[in-house]
Amino acid sequence: MSTPRKRTAPAVLGVTSLALVLAACGGTDGSSGGGGGKKASDDIAVAATDSACTVDASELEAGTHKFTVTNTGSKTTEFYVYADGDRIMGEVENIAPGVARPLLVELPAGDYQTACKPGMVGKGIRNDLTVTGETTKLSDDQALSDAVAGYTRYVQSQVTALQDQTRQFADAVKAGDVPKAQALYPVARSYYERIEPVAESFGDLDPEIDARENDVEEGTTWTGFHVLEKTLWTGGDLAAAGPVADELVKDVDALADEVKGIDLQPLDLANGALGLLDEIAKSKVTGEEDRYSHTDLYDFAANLEGSEQAVQSLRPVLAERDADLATALDEQFTAAKAELEKYRRGDGWAIYTELTPDQTRGLSDSINALAAQVSQVPAVVAQ
Amino acid sequence: MDEHAPDPAAPTSPTGGFSRRRLFGLAGAGAVGVAAAGVAGGAIGRATAAEPVSPADAAGDAVGFTGTHQAGITTPQQDRLHFVAFDVTTRDRDALVRLLQKWTEAARRMTAGQDAGPIGAVEGSEYAPPDDTGEAIGLPASGLTLTVGFGPTLFRAADGTDRFGLADRQPEALTELPAFAGDELDPARSGGDLCVQACANDPQVAVHAVRNLARIGQGVVSVRWSQLGFGRTSSTSTGQATPRNLFGMKDGTDNLKSESPKALDQFVWVADGDGPDWLTGGSYVVTRRIRMEIETWDRQPLREQEQTIGRTKGAGAPLGAKAEFDPVDLERLPKDSHVRLAHPTTSGTAILRRGYSFVDGSDGLGRLDAGLFFICYQRDPRTGFVQVQKNLRTDKLNEYVKHTSSAVFACPPGITGPDDWWGRALFS
Repeated sequence: MSTPRKRTAPAVLGVTSLALVLAACGGTDGSSGGGGGKKASDDIAVAATDSACTVDASELEAGTHKFTVTNTGSKTTEFYVYADGDRIMGEVENIAPGVARPLLVELPAGDYQTACKPGMVGKGIRNDLTVTGETTKLSDDQALSDAVAGYTRYVQSQVTALQDQTRQFADAVKAGDVPKAQALYPVARSYYERIEPVAESFGDLDPEIDARENDVEEGTTWTGFHVLEKTLWTGGDLAAAGPVADELVKDVDALADEVKGIDLQPLDLANGALGLLDEIAKSKVTGEEDRYSHTDLYDFAANLEGSEQAVQSLRPVLAERDADLATALDEQFTAAKAELEKYRRGDGWAIYTELTPDQTRGLSDSINALAAQVSQVPAVVAQ
Repeated sequence: MDEHAPDPAAPTSPTGGFSRRRLFGLAGAGAVGVAAAGVAGGAIGRATAAEPVSPADAAGDAVGFTGTHQAGITTPQQDRLHFVAFDVTTRDRDALVRLLQKWTEAARRMTAGQDAGPIGAVEGSEYAPPDDTGEAIGLPASGLTLTVGFGPTLFRAADGTDRFGLADRQPEALTELPAFAGDELDPARSGGDLCVQACANDPQVAVHAVRNLARIGQGVVSVRWSQLGFGRTSSTSTGQATPRNLFGMKDGTDNLKSESPKALDQFVWVADGDGPDWLTGGSYVVTRRIRMEIETWDRQPLREQEQTIGRTKGAGAPLGAKAEFDPVDLERLPKDSHVRLAHPTTSGTAILRRGYSFVDGSDGLGRLDAGLFFICYQRDPRTGFVQVQKNLRTDKLNEYVKHTSSAVFACPPGITGPDDWWGRALFS
């Protein structure tokens, strides 16, 4: 089941080598793929609208390819190239209407899917993509360092989108545009929630960005998203919120700086995947995270997606070492996503207070079932 | 004769492994060995390890896991309870069967005083969650019994769906209980697809067992409700003293006892021909969480309390008699007294009671949320609990009690040997 890979990535992921990879990926424009600095020989047009995703290729030779995604719809979209189990090979986040964005991605031979996600939600509009050519089997170490490189790219692209969305959110707060700020709040947070374990590794940044009122120690000022949430949803003082919004943008920029030099280990991916599910169990499925906006299901969805990305980055290794576990993980991620999907409302999610106890129980059961499998991943990675 | 006498082979069951106490003993012995290094330390370690850590006492002994009937029914009633009901969350019959097999192995191990899994709480990979949760390390088997049951909804969903291809195996007697006068049932803690009754003489051992079964079951089942009981309110053996319930009354004096095999065959065990073959040798369990209005009860004069029950509070003697086990003369008891109405002579049937007292915190009105978690076993609920309970419509005790949860499960016969598993006959 493991996807044969041709690309080579640094075997030792030191801070320096990783920073080079990231720089070469052009992470600053919100796109990331395994281009690794190689030049693409083609430029594949992707025409994205609110209801269609036309990719100007369905069969490719193994190698580095460039996609140019043009969004002519009315909703902000995203573009992905997925391998087995929805492992992201490359992605462009946050493509505003009327904008064209490039994606460089290196694709070894195998079966892939492309997806546009108008509104940045759901499974997206999928197309099959077959890549043929020479394949080589990776060594175990190579597969692990590829996993880390892939996931690091994902983290990087999320943080870039987080910077952009947080800035828009802060602008709306400062402009006193409450409906717009309320609409942007859960969306901006999603980028944070997908990579929360990484953010948590940078000391004070997580509490500064994401502390809830009761998390704050006496004598410390409460800052971040949830201060603004309280202001926006309880008719608080928007004038006082301006400096908080500026501070949030600053903290998110600091996070992005830290992430540029991040040095992840394979076990960080495994533990982070479990940590995200524990987050759901602890504060999202209980409705404690977003107690004023009740947008907990946005965070739930983001935690789940982040967990899946961490696990799927490791999928080739898992499929090789424990095929049954890899299959069980696929099944349980699918089941958990299907359970959550029941509560999709348009481009977003139902507010938490709409859910009946039976419905939250169903969500909780699906996360417990998934976490039971994900908890087996660290030992397999550490083998 | 107790068919569940401790099985000398149990501690080295098919999967092997340490008993929890032995593991603890070895660790201690190792420390001694280090301290005495150079002075025949190893020999001291081995000698210490070969002996039990402390002499086994009756309350700590293991109850055998295999037998004609499941343990935990006529087994002399242990002091503590953790009862759990599960909903099956998977639609995959094979996944359910695999879980029942895993549960059986874990139950086999834990009732023998071993860790839930073959690796144990502290011996495994540092990167993997342990296959035992660890809070029973150092504790003996403590008479732990684990008794499994299958609820009506396992066979057919509320809408009639045959969930696991078991609908044609549902016993006719296994249906939801009828509504009784005065029921205040909370659906969230009633019913369930599966149940496990964990009884032990140490509460931590009972909780450990339920917790590990729930952990193993994640993704296949989900806990629907669970109930702790801190003290037994019945005797199931003539060797046991009759305990008192939270009304301060002796309870279960005239219970069915394990020493009366004929009565058990008549009233407790499902006989060949009663229903589907898979249940022959099994039983039905009915559970009722009965909230006791103890503050109200405590305000009643002693005479009112005794008239309500039909026994004296001190000796537990039937009213009009002197000693607890004196014959009950029904005519001398008030017509609405509990003992008179519930007595086999009045109800025309008998059930094996196995209940526990509980206190689940307080009720927000300055009162203890306390009562009796009533458990009874019978050959057929329709001619068992239902028949008895229907007779209690005019029970004076109803002024002081409120039934807040209800469930019924069919408990298969005992595990026959090392390859048998919970529900094998039902699913095969």
